[in-house]
Amino acid sequence: MTFINYASREINCKIVYYGPGLCGKTTNLQYIYDSTAPQAKGKLISLATETDRTLFFDFMPLELGTVRGFKTRFHLYTVPGQVYYDASRKLILKGVDGVVFVADSQEERMDANIESLYNLEENLESQGYELNKLPYVLQMNKRDLPNVIPMEDLTYELQKKGEPIFEAVATNGTGVFDTLKAVAKQVLTELRKS
Amino acid sequence: MSHSTFIIQEQHFQKLKTILARLCVECAGRVVFLVDRDGQTIAFHGDIGDMDTTSFSSLAAGNVAATSSMAKLIGEDVFPAVFHEGERESIFISVIGRSLLVVVFDERSTLGLVKLRTKRASFEVADILEEASKQSAFSMNNSVFAEITDEDIDSLFS
Repeated sequence: MTFINYASREINCKIVYYGPGLCGKTTNLQYIYDSTAPQAKGKLISLATETDRTLFFDFMPLELGTVRGFKTRFHLYTVPGQVYYDASRKLILKGVDGVVFVADSQEERMDANIESLYNLEENLESQGYELNKLPYVLQMNKRDLPNVIPMEDLTYELQKKGEPIFEAVATNGTGVFDTLKAVAKQVLTELRKS
Repeated sequence: MSHSTFIIQEQHFQKLKTILARLCVECAGRVVFLVDRDGQTIAFHGDIGDMDTTSFSSLAAGNVAATSSMAKLIGEDVFPAVFHEGERESIFISVIGRSLLVVVFDERSTLGLVKLRTKRASFEVADILEEASKQSAFSMNNSVFAEITDEDIDSLFS
């Protein structure tokens, strides 16, 4: 749910990074955090296990600048990817304005991508959303690894509605900001429509 | 589809701030927050020191979301209030519809006092939020964002 405060002249939107375990959702956020000027970001909060797997969510607020005199702030969240954290994933989707699906390009993770994408659709539906009507971007991550599936095959399997697709290597930042920009643009465009 | 935009106008914001300020004094709290259940700060009053209020709100909402789900698992509909007791500082969260009233207090106050004062404030906050919510739909149709251009959006990323 986009929250607009006319008194403090702020727009707040929520973007969720979704995807299977170890696909690089937290790495996306970490890269954005590391590359953003201190005045444009808040703290990066990570609710993780002792082995650094996301337990509940990662969160960081990011200020992009002003639109029509309103400060635009995006709240970026990741969900835990492991299958058994489904209850947490559902909660984090509440009030979402835009979704980034981070797919793991490695051949052996294809089934996990498909399962996670199906889980995303299901969980969105349980919160009253439809993927087809939501700002949505698909990121093919880990393109630098040797055993990746060709882009056209991944696209065929994972693209749902003609959404923008970005190749990424989140560890070095390739495609990270392009993905964020694409989803943020869709969210703001949606604001105009509504 | 439940996707929607919530707009809060100046007059509602000021009314909420007044209630939070009064509540903060009445319950001898350190700081009082009004937070959306999606984790966004609506308003706050009190001594925030160097607290990261954005993260605080997000975590408060995550906390309530998790405890509400736990409530359902044990057959409760919802936990209307959540309390965390610390050595020096404590947190009391009252759930008001889709918002949370959060009081941070120390040894100068007591849980009983906080609960009592928060209850009264909750009703007033609920009324104002309902009024704001009704106006929100109207405001969206007349908002400046209806005229937002592609150039406006692009300028954010330049």
